[in-house]
Amino acid sequence: MDQVPLDLHPPHDPQLPPPGTPLIEIRDVRKEFGHVIALAGVSLTVRAGEVLCLLGDNGAGKSTLIKTLSGVHRPSSGTFLVEGKVASFGGPRDALNAGIATVFQDLAMIPLMSVTRNFFMGREPTQGVWPFRRVDFKQCRNVTHAEMRRIGIDVRDPDQAVGTLSGGERQCVAIARAVYFGAKVLILDEPTSALGVAQTSMVLKYINLVKSRGLGVIFITHNVRHAYAVGDSFTVLNRGRTLGTYAKNEIAMDALQNLMAGGKELQELSSELGGTV
Amino acid sequence: MSDATNPTSATAPSSPGTSANTAGTPPPAGAGLSARQVQIRSLVQAAGMLPVLILLAIGFHVLGGHRFLSAQNLSIVAQQASINCVLGAGMTFVILTGGIDLSVGSILAASAMGALIVSLMGGLSWLAIPACLAVGLLIGLVNGSLVAFVKLPPFIVTLGTLTAVRGLARLMGADNTVFNPQLSYAWIGNDGINLLGFTIPWLAIIAIAVIVASWYVLRRTVLGVRIYAVGGNPAAARLSGINVPVVLMFVYALSGLLAGLGGVMSSARLYAANGLQLGQSYELDAIAAVILGGTSFVGGIGSIWGTLIGALIIAVLSNGLILVGVSDIWQFIVKGLVIIGAVALDRFRQGSGTRT
Repeated sequence: MDQVPLDLHPPHDPQLPPPGTPLIEIRDVRKEFGHVIALAGVSLTVRAGEVLCLLGDNGAGKSTLIKTLSGVHRPSSGTFLVEGKVASFGGPRDALNAGIATVFQDLAMIPLMSVTRNFFMGREPTQGVWPFRRVDFKQCRNVTHAEMRRIGIDVRDPDQAVGTLSGGERQCVAIARAVYFGAKVLILDEPTSALGVAQTSMVLKYINLVKSRGLGVIFITHNVRHAYAVGDSFTVLNRGRTLGTYAKNEIAMDALQNLMAGGKELQELSSELGGTV
Repeated sequence: MSDATNPTSATAPSSPGTSANTAGTPPPAGAGLSARQVQIRSLVQAAGMLPVLILLAIGFHVLGGHRFLSAQNLSIVAQQASINCVLGAGMTFVILTGGIDLSVGSILAASAMGALIVSLMGGLSWLAIPACLAVGLLIGLVNGSLVAFVKLPPFIVTLGTLTAVRGLARLMGADNTVFNPQLSYAWIGNDGINLLGFTIPWLAIIAIAVIVASWYVLRRTVLGVRIYAVGGNPAAARLSGINVPVVLMFVYALSGLLAGLGGVMSSARLYAANGLQLGQSYELDAIAAVILGGTSFVGGIGSIWGTLIGALIIAVLSNGLILVGVSDIWQFIVKGLVIIGAVALDRFRQGSGTRT
């Protein structure tokens, strides 16, 4: 693979709000499915130019929360502000239009379709007048090729299937797609959980780059190490509730791990196993 | 076909094994195909069953006393293929989204009944063709809304309408054959354009027009791109902002509309319609044409040209077996075995037995 040198600290994108501006604010959001309470009061704030890590064990409500933020579910109650205005999304499309792009772990791409088609999926540029309006495949190809070069992935042929890319490359393509289409907030659903070491560092590097450009990032993971590598603040979820939000200088990695896993019990187990958990 | 450049490696999961890619080693097989190789590969896939079609035609010509490849006989084959071609085109759209439409034969019967009944209404007889298309479209919309909005499985929905619409077709004519010897649009089924001594039947022209229009929609328009996306992975399509129910609605409505067009074509040919017999098991021929054409039952892979070739293979088989003098009973057996054999051959040639 050609290694195009990657600019790790690009200048702040002037079209995005200044760093630190709250992009998404949710307060005491609840979501119930019948009798099942998935979210029992979650609050968090995502700011421009910051990575907010959302940590929590399985069943803590991470998936429900991101589906709520990305417009798949409507919250049952609570406040949901996007750039200071109350947001009410009727579907994923509304969230996309509001600048909230979500990269789902398995559902980001269609493996059998080409990189180009995946890149423009749902937002295909057209040319000509109806009824002869058609997809401008040439533009799609050129843009995809240029964007892939920018993030250091050399697709020799933009028509190759996404399935031929590695897992890390797929995540990066999905992130690049979101950035290209003007996302202000990027929600990443466990982007590193199925990846090897080299690919993980590739994705983390790219998250850092996106942050430098001025986007707000919500990084969902249950790997504290990955979170600590790129995160500015950490919100821990447990049983549908926020246990707390901490800035990076307020909490150490070990404390974060304990908080996430439910504290004392795990500490005891960990010492039994020789501190390997 | 460019989406399906490499099904084997495309379906490979992103295991840590492929992670070597970022470390500078060569990417997995298939990733490094040049544009030219991809083009050739997709050409080979699009051609798919074409060699089988040509071999069958030559074989029947030799075995059937050199009658098969005559202008007159080819015109008959084209007529026989045309209705299946139109139904198969609609079926291609549906199967590309990962669905199925079993009701097209019944819709054809019901819409032909509607056309014949309206054609006998004196002053309203000019409405026969619009009525026929409207009946097809309406039933297609019912199928579509049950699949897209009520979210029932397509197989169940269209199995239901297969039966219910067949009953409706019989009800419309009080279980009798409706006959109109002065059918105003009978020219569609019996005339053609004279071109350099050949008569090209209108039925064949309609079929080709439908195929070309389908190709344009599937390959050039946003809607077509989205149909492939929905078939490839409906959840991912939805999350990227594609309105999946609208896409599904469109494909079932189109399949119904084209079945209505099939009703026009078949009633024009017969000057009559019968709720019980017309279009019986046409859905199976249409599905066979689509599958012979290499469209994947899973959705997201396939082409309309394949369906054209598939429909021609079925027509050539029916016609050729008669010319060769094979009995009706054996025709069924041979047709069935050829469908299985041809698809098996295709899979074998592509070297990927894993996909249906």
